[in-house]
This record gives sequence, C-alpha cells and structure tokens, in this order.
Amino acid sequence: MEQEKNKTFIDKIWDLFASVKFAIIIFALISLTSVVGTILEQKAEPAKNIQILSKIFGESLAPTLYNIFDKIGFMDMYHSWWFLTLLILFSANIVICSIERLPRIWKMVREPISPLTEEHLEKVSIKRELILRGKPEKVKDFVISAIKGAGFKVIESKEDKGYQLYSQKGSFTRLGVYITHSSILLILIGAFIGIFLGFKGFLPLPEGMSSPVVLLHNDSLTQTEAHEKEMILNAIWTSSGSISSSSATLGMDENTLKAKMHKYGIQPLGFTIRCDDFDVYFYGSSDLPKEYKSWLTVIDGGKEVLKKTIGVNDPLAYKSITFYQASYGMVPNAQGKFILRITPKSGAPEIKQLNLGERFIISGTTMEGTIRDFSRALSFDKQGRPITYAEMMNNPAVFIDFKEGGKEKYSGWILKRHPITAKLPEGHTVEFIDIWGVQYTGLQVRKDPGVWIVYLGCIVMSIGLFIAFFMSHRKLWVRIAEEKNSTKVIIGATTNKNRAAFERKINKIITLLSKKQEGEK
Amino acid sequence: MDSSSFFGISTIAYILAMIIYIIYLAFRKTRIGIAATTITIVGFISQTLAIAMRWKEFNDLSGMGFLRSVPLTNLYESMIFFVWCLILGYLIIEFKYKNRSFGAFVTPIAGLALAFIDISGMSKDIHPLVPALQSNWLLAHVMMSFIAYAAFALSFSTGLMYLILTTEKRNESGYIFWTFILGTFVMLLFLMGIDFFTFRVAVKPDVFIKSYMFRASFLNPSIAIKILSWIAMMAIIVIVWRYGSFLKMVMDKFGISAETLDEITYKSIAVGFPVFTLGGLIFGAIWADQAWGTYWSWDPKETWSLITWFVYAFYLHSRMVRGWRGKKVAIVAVTGFVVAMFTYVGVNLLLSGLHSYGDIK
Repeated sequence: MEQEKNKTFIDKIWDLFASVKFAIIIFALISLTSVVGTILEQKAEPAKNIQILSKIFGESLAPTLYNIFDKIGFMDMYHSWWFLTLLILFSANIVICSIERLPRIWKMVREPISPLTEEHLEKVSIKRELILRGKPEKVKDFVISAIKGAGFKVIESKEDKGYQLYSQKGSFTRLGVYITHSSILLILIGAFIGIFLGFKGFLPLPEGMSSPVVLLHNDSLTQTEAHEKEMILNAIWTSSGSISSSSATLGMDENTLKAKMHKYGIQPLGFTIRCDDFDVYFYGSSDLPKEYKSWLTVIDGGKEVLKKTIGVNDPLAYKSITFYQASYGMVPNAQGKFILRITPKSGAPEIKQLNLGERFIISGTTMEGTIRDFSRALSFDKQGRPITYAEMMNNPAVFIDFKEGGKEKYSGWILKRHPITAKLPEGHTVEFIDIWGVQYTGLQVRKDPGVWIVYLGCIVMSIGLFIAFFMSHRKLWVRIAEEKNSTKVIIGATTNKNRAAFERKINKIITLLSKKQEGEK
Repeated sequence: MDSSSFFGISTIAYILAMIIYIIYLAFRKTRIGIAATTITIVGFISQTLAIAMRWKEFNDLSGMGFLRSVPLTNLYESMIFFVWCLILGYLIIEFKYKNRSFGAFVTPIAGLALAFIDISGMSKDIHPLVPALQSNWLLAHVMMSFIAYAAFALSFSTGLMYLILTTEKRNESGYIFWTFILGTFVMLLFLMGIDFFTFRVAVKPDVFIKSYMFRASFLNPSIAIKILSWIAMMAIIVIVWRYGSFLKMVMDKFGISAETLDEITYKSIAVGFPVFTLGGLIFGAIWADQAWGTYWSWDPKETWSLITWFVYAFYLHSRMVRGWRGKKVAIVAVTGFVVAMFTYVGVNLLLSGLHSYGDIK
C-alpha cells in the first residue's frame, strides 16, 4: 500500500519532468533570469548597479530594488543556488525526456527492414516506376548493382511475379539527438567538476617576485582581518608555500591555518611561480597594444623546472594549473632598476643596471651620465614642458645629465620606444632598454580538472549535431515484376530528413538503369 | 580603386536592388525581376572584391599572416560580412526555388544593415588587432557566427512572409505578432534616422551611437517628446496592423506556397543552428578557455548567445517532437532572429562585458 502510493508520487514527478510544458518553463526561467543577469553587472560595486537600476526604474526606487535583487542573489546570480538548481532541473528534464522517447526510437534503430506489400508500397512518400526490357532475373542484377553503387546493402526476397529488393541505411542516425543531449550532460558534469574540484584565482606578480599561492577572491575585510591575512601571506611566502613551517612561524596549528587560508581565499599552488619580466609592445609609435608578455619561471622542489614566455592567447600550464596573461599594472612606490646599454663610439656595448640618481661612465671616455628623472609615459605639453600622459608605461623615458671631464655638457630625455634618442652627438649611444621591477603582471590562475570532460562534451555535441542535422535514416524498396515481355520496376523510398537529396539519389539510380539498358542494345 | 569604393558600389547596388525587388513585387514583370537579380549579383561581386581587398590591406598592415588578418574584427567589418552571407544565402535560394519575391524581404535587411553603418557613423578604419584577438580561432569563431546570423536572418524573412501569407483576421495572434514586429522594425529605423539628422552634425561619429541613439525620441529629456515617441510608435504599429492585409494581397499574387516558406525557414535554421553551436558557442568557449582561462564566464555576449541557442533549440524541438508546423513555429523563428540580433548588436551597444571588440568606435 505504502509502496504503491510512493510509486505514484514518483510517477507524478517523472511525468512532470517528461512534460514539454515543464521543459518550456525551465527554458524560459533560465533565459529570463539570465537576461536580468546581463543587465545587472555581476559581482560589481553596489553603486554601479544602483545606477543601472535608477536608469530603468527611477532614482527613488533603485536602492530598495537593489536590496531586493541582492537578497535573491541577482548580483552574482550565475553562482546562486537557485540558478544552479535550474541548471540541474534542466539536465534532469533532458535525461527524462530522452529516456521517455528512447524505447520507440531504439526500436526504429534496431528493427530490420522487411519487404512491403503492394498496398504499402503505394503509400510511401517517394515513388518511381519504370519499365525495362528483359527478364526479371536480369533486371534484378542491374538493379542490385545500381543500388549497391549508391551505398546500400541489398536484401532480396522472391515474390509471385518477380522479386523484391529492400535496404536501409543510417538507422543509427536516429540516435543523433541522444548523442547531442548526452553531450549537454557531459558539459554540465564537466562544469560541476570544475566548480567543486578546481579553482580560479588571480595573482598580481611584480617583476622579480615569486609566489607559492594565488588569491581566490578579494573580499572586503576589517582591519584586523586584513592584518591577519597579511601575516599569513608573509609566512607562506617566506616558507615558499609550506603549510607546516608557516603554521610553526605563525604559532597556529595546521588546521586553523588551513581554515584561515580558506577564509581569505589563499590557495597554495604546490610549487612557486616567478615573474622574471613583463613588457608591453605597441604598434609602431601608437598607444595601441600589440602584445603583453610575461617571462615566467616555475620553481618546484627548489629547482627551476620550467620557463615560458606567455602572452594573451598563449598560457603556461604546469601540474594541471594554468597561468593566463590577464592584466598588468604599476607597482605602487616601486624603485626600479634602470637597464641601459652603453656603446662607446668605438667599443663594445655594455649593459648596466642603475638606480635613480646613480652615475655611469662611458668606458674609454671621460663622459659620465647621471639618471635624474623617469617618466612612464613621456610627452610634452604646448609649452614644451615634459608631462606624463598615461597611468601605464606607454612611453618610458629617462632624463640623463651628461658631464665631460667634470663639466656640465648637456642633458636630455632618452626614450625606450624611440631608439633615435639614444644617439649622442659624439657618436656614443646610451639606450634605455627597460626599467625593471616597477610593473606587475596580472595572472589569471586556473585549475579545472573538468575541462577535458567539457571538451569531450563539445566534440560529442559536434558529432551529435552533424548526425542529427546532416545524416538521415533512408529506406528503399524495389519491386521487380514481369509484365508483358518486359519488367516493371517500382522503387519506393522513405527518409526522415532531407527528402530532396534522397530523391536526387534515386533519380540517379534510375538514370543509371535506363542508361545500362541503352548500352545493352 | 580601393576596397571602400567597392563597398560603396555594393551598398548602392543593394539599396537599388531592394527598391527594384519591391517594384517587382508590385508589378510582377519578369524583366524587372531579372534587373533586380542582376544588380544584386553586381553588388555581391563588388562586395566580395571589397572584402578580399580589405583582407589583403589588413594583412599588409598587420603582418600577422593571412589567417589572422580576416577582416572581422569590429562591428563595421562584421556587418559587411553578415550582409555578404545574407545575400549569398538569398541568391542560392533564388536560384534553387526560382522565385524572386523573397528578394523584397531579404534585400531590405541587407540595405538597412549597410545604411545602419552609415547612419551610426561607426568607424570604418582598419585597426591593428589587440592582443586578445590575435588567435587562429578568430577566423573560425567569428566567421561561423556570422554565417549562422545570416542563416537566421533568412529564416526571419521567410518566417515573417509565412505569417503575412497565412494570417487574415486582425484578432489572430499570428497577425498581431507580425504586424507588431514589422511596425517596431520600421519605427526603430525611422527614429534612428531622426537621431542621425538631429545630432550627427553636433557630435563626432564615435560618440554618436552610444550616447545619442534614441535621444531624439525615447530618451529625450523632454517628457512630452518621450510620450509623443511612444504614441508615434504605437500609431505606426496600429497602422501596420490595420492595413497589413494589403501586404498579404500583394504576396498572394506571387503564388509562393506557405509550405515552401515553412520549408525554407526550417532549412535555414537547420543550417544556422549547428553552425552557430559549433562556431559561435563551442569555438568561442575553446578560445575563451585559451585567452581568458575560462570557457564560460556568463559574459553578456555569452549569455545572450545561449538564450538565442535556447530559442532555436525550442523551434527545432517544437517541430520535431511536438509536430508543430506553420504559424506557431514561424513565430518562434521570427522571435529567434530578434534575440539573435540583440546578441549581435544590442549587447555591444547596451551592455558591457568582455566582448567589447564589437564596439562601434
């Protein structure tokens, strides 16, 4: 009794999930909520979305609406519990609808083709007739070779006045839809694996620095929390990622440390990544960026194990963690090293690393230079005064004072992007190669063990769609019967897709048959 | 001659073809029809040349290799390619179905897209590629997306024609739907035209579209004008609704069967959907995975393409599983294209996100 009640309840749920109405509701809910999610900026500052809301609903309503939307989770809706629930319901719907319909389709796939009676052959959608000379046996051989030529395997059966040949092709293509549906599930499974077993983090890494951790989020913290986070980061940094030694330094037990790391979104990599250099390249003399490049080194077990220069479409992967070039910026208050290449008029070039204010001598001469000033983006205003026109290193330049034999000679700007400024009147060159240690590279760091399942899902989906849209289940019957000294051939055919193409193929078979007969003459 | 003069020729040719196709629709003289087709083909050839030349210009300028220099890197270039695909698809249908009357419905989309380029004043300059776009996926992803959009545009035209042809009563939902869509379409273009003439002189082209679109109407600071615009919009829709049967009368003369229209709508979607899935969604995801480290980030463009995908998936399922035919699916097909157009243009103009390459400037 109890069990039966139970069963009907499950049946009801099953029927609900199998119903098209339910599918449409889920489709519509996912779409409509997603639309809201594209209008409200996700994970943004509250002010931004209040502004968006006040544009649509007016300023008086906006703050209240913001609070309501925020409570429901619309400010990070694609990760909210209800959106994930919708996605899960969507997959359940796909699975159950597919299972509902599978037995019928499976029957069509497995069912062997059988000869048709005369009445049935009358009714099929594609029909052709032709009369050929000769005995049915001979015509039969013609027809068999023609059909085989078109890629069909032929079965024959004897009938009263002649024969019936029949064949089918591509019955498996009816499963194309199921292949496509299962690929959606694969992709969702892969996505969930990625969410639960992987991580996405960010790592701003100054030139010359290395890090054994990445930051998973940057939640706003109270002052004490911020201080604690700083302490933990420092300890991990100095112990190059070892939890046990950092917990000893901090005087915390390992589990507390792990919990705190989780709280502050500190994710150990299991190795150390170092940024050796970062540079932006521009198109010609414009400010249009051409390339962002970071020179990275992986240090594992105290040894340098991998070096790679990454760019925007060219990440570095090590131990299933991938580093992407995502952004860059200036390190606040950093004192960089100026790298100059000094070539005397008749002499070999020499690379020097200098600080601001430091002196250098052009070897073999009495000339000495002093780096007096630096601009990350040098330009000149209308009065000809030097200005820095950008936040980033769009046009780095150094101002150098030159003396000869202790006497002031001249001074001027040397620009990294304009080598012509490196030439001195005496024929020496002082090139500004780089300023090192003032920029950081912003790395997007990801570990996603599900990504291969997602890729597999994509491949399966492509195959499924190809089968579902461009291949069809074709059936063909040919009745060959003797009629007044000649033979009547009736061709009947059906297809579940792309009828026109199949008709063309059948017409080809017919032309072939008539031609063969011509040849017989 | 350089690429821009060939683009100019093709724009003029398509707009001319649009007019002649409409005249042909009214008078049904074979000679007029042939003229329309000829001019369309001339436009198509010069557009093909123009795209090839721009590709070469871009290649010479960027020096990044032929495959990475595909001229599909901003809204202007993508729109040109969209129109090219659309006209190609149309010509195939014209030759296959031996019927020219679709021309009067397809060439306006092409003509309007090209006019939109000029009205909006979007930049036609060749810009070198920003680092994120320097990938071999650019060609496959963007090109296939636009082939799909063009296929969807065809299904939109035939779907709309189907509705015009099969609905009669003014209280029928299908009739109300198509007159609403057509009325809105006409009105939006008209209002964009007004914006153009009101503000174009005052501002630079690149600020024009984002800040001034519908400023002369819906977004006008004056409440009176705002209300007036809405009333005008409604009036246009009502007029189209009231006199829509006239269009049906014209179409009836042509003897295009509703079944043919239904079939073309389906076939266009049957091409567009898999191409969109593979090129737009899958290739897009793989590229995003390489460039941004995440194959899906719910960026507005991604989300809207998923919604587009849902609508067309719904079209296919309602046809295959539920056996819907005719008006119901035609409404879905028309809706699908409206959503697809929002994915293409609307997202770039109205929403912000990672896909900001398609911007107007």
